[in-house]
Amino acid sequence: MSGGVDSSVAAALLKQQGYEVTGMMLRLWSEAGKEDSNRCCTPDAMALARRVAAILEIPFYVINAKEVFKETVVQYFLDGYARGETPNPCLICNRQIRWKFLLEHALAFGADFMATGHYVRIKNDEKGQKQLLRAVDHSKDQSYVLHVLNQEKLRKALFPVGDYPKPEIRRIAESFGLPTASRHDSQDLCFLAGDDYRNFLQRNARELFNPGQIVTSGGEVLGEHTGLVNYTIGQRKGLPVSSSVPLYVLSKNASTNTLIVGEQTELGLRELVANDVNWVSGEPLNESFRAEVKIRYTAKEACALITPIENGSQVQILFDAPQRDITAGQAAVFYQGEVLIGGGIIQ
Amino acid sequence: MVYLDHAATTPIDKRVFEAMLPYFSDSFGNPSSIHRYGQLAEAAVDSSHEIIASVLNCQPGEIIITSGGSESDNLALRGAALAAREKNGANRIVTSKAEHPAVSKTAEQLQKYYGFQVEWLDVDGNGEIKPDIVEKVISDNTAIVSVMYANNEIGTINPIHDIAAICHRHGVLFHTDAVQAAAYLSVDVGALGVDLMSLGGHKFYGPKGVGALYVRKGIPILTTQTGGGQENGLRAGTQNVPYIIGFAEALRLVNSEREERIAHVKPLRDRLIGSILETIPESRLTGHMEERLPNHASFAFKGVDGNLLLTMLDAAGFACSSGSACKTGNPEPSDVMYAIGLTRDWGLGSLRITLGAGTNTGHIESFLNTLPKLIVNARALAQN
Repeated sequence: MSGGVDSSVAAALLKQQGYEVTGMMLRLWSEAGKEDSNRCCTPDAMALARRVAAILEIPFYVINAKEVFKETVVQYFLDGYARGETPNPCLICNRQIRWKFLLEHALAFGADFMATGHYVRIKNDEKGQKQLLRAVDHSKDQSYVLHVLNQEKLRKALFPVGDYPKPEIRRIAESFGLPTASRHDSQDLCFLAGDDYRNFLQRNARELFNPGQIVTSGGEVLGEHTGLVNYTIGQRKGLPVSSSVPLYVLSKNASTNTLIVGEQTELGLRELVANDVNWVSGEPLNESFRAEVKIRYTAKEACALITPIENGSQVQILFDAPQRDITAGQAAVFYQGEVLIGGGIIQ
Repeated sequence: MVYLDHAATTPIDKRVFEAMLPYFSDSFGNPSSIHRYGQLAEAAVDSSHEIIASVLNCQPGEIIITSGGSESDNLALRGAALAAREKNGANRIVTSKAEHPAVSKTAEQLQKYYGFQVEWLDVDGNGEIKPDIVEKVISDNTAIVSVMYANNEIGTINPIHDIAAICHRHGVLFHTDAVQAAAYLSVDVGALGVDLMSLGGHKFYGPKGVGALYVRKGIPILTTQTGGGQENGLRAGTQNVPYIIGFAEALRLVNSEREERIAHVKPLRDRLIGSILETIPESRLTGHMEERLPNHASFAFKGVDGNLLLTMLDAAGFACSSGSACKTGNPEPSDVMYAIGLTRDWGLGSLRITLGAGTNTGHIESFLNTLPKLIVNARALAQN
């Protein structure tokens, strides 16, 4: 439970379906002095979650994950930027915190399943294997961040809200009298406490803001950047170079601290390699296959040919059309229709 | 569910509840009114004062009814310190590092906003305040000394009579917070020798929201709740008659039934301590082994998250508490844990089990069957 409407309704639905439900909330990490504005574990969020549990008449426990969250998720975030990547820490949180740390606690408390308010669905295929499906409401689908789940974890998972469109979820919350029904959804990273990620990095990794050179793909130096973290792949605005033609960020080189820019014609790559691949079915496919690929949580799917390499621990993805903002550190997640086949981290 | 957290609060005794009922709707008058409704209500309040005074071995006029132990502690410390300074310029307060926050926070406020100097006494490894360390710091500039009768977290009973004697030798006021102690120990103020004593109803099978402060006759108190002159002008506010009746009845019962209650809980508690120390590795008793409340067992378990242990116990059907518990899931060992010399690794793993009138052998055996594997689980989770 997070104090948000999705997890509240998940709890309510499961109770209605006859499960014996216990609410658990994670106490995560925020910078000292920012406990009040950290989205998911402010005293307010906790009070709301606790109130929902009381209304649903289920026990409510808070589990302290402060240290492990800082050491895994926050550190991963900082390390990714240090490598010139754009990391997605929610992936690590789901893998290490929610579906490891919290799951271990839930099982230790005697749970058979751990449920969350994620927008995603689970189905059994003909062989009895678990499949991860997009949510019915594609605009809210969160399967992307859950691509790290495997068969073992899916067998213990329940996702009650994935079958409903979001407006329906709010309506259900109201019908249960839950105070979270009108609570605003937040999209930003939980430990940023509403602040811009760059301010967070300034405070916690100042060395990422060392200026360096801006160069063309041909190696011509055009100017100086204010720290690689300030730029995203495909970015056009805000480049401190003067040029007669629009220039776009093509890539970053962390080891030389250079930002590589180019014209629009140079933007757009058709290939990427992703490693650390998770195959939801548990078995890597061993031949190339076609799938729709998302290269960011908010990206539109793009058709591609996917070739497993290195025994399936990596994949090579060849897009039908060039993609303008393939960003190292983000996940490449591949679907066939509604079914999420797997995903990995873009190199 | 098995309730093992009587130090936090107790269920109201049926007899106490029955005694209170008539005063909600039938005899509902305001004790300050001239008419007969008022007279009946006032009679109830007066009779309650008499009952309380008879248990405490003092005069009815020496009892002030408050809203609970915390208000009593506030009134005792602030009221007596300010009045003493007014009278003889005494500007120092002496208290221990193991007091309930209602005493320590008040002392801190008196230091920060009222210009008093506070001396914080160290407890020994058993959590006890020794009389000689009180003697070392006391002076004629001391306005008041406050040392609790029995500690809520670790159960240790302090040598109140001896500390009181030292304070009197030096002409210094002595207050004791007896909120936790009253359920099982004698609160005879003559025998104890205290000048002020705080009590709270809900710790001895009375209702929450009512307490009392004993103030020896002749000791000036600066009242902090001013108004209509109730309680001898020392604590304004229309008296909460049913709750005062309840408080008095609960105190009367717990005093007259003291021996049986002790005989009931002590063997069960001793069984708990013996078994836990024997069966659970890296466990220790916190607080004094002998000089402790008869219903109280408290432990420290190395490498255990006390908060997590409590939730596991709750999920398994046992309600306990901890010196490091925090509802927001961000526990730190309490000051008392550090004060008795525990390192953080031990102090985080504190568990308090306090028995009561409703506790039976079945509860204890069932608890002893459950706790060891929960400790193993909690330690395993901490390792991961």
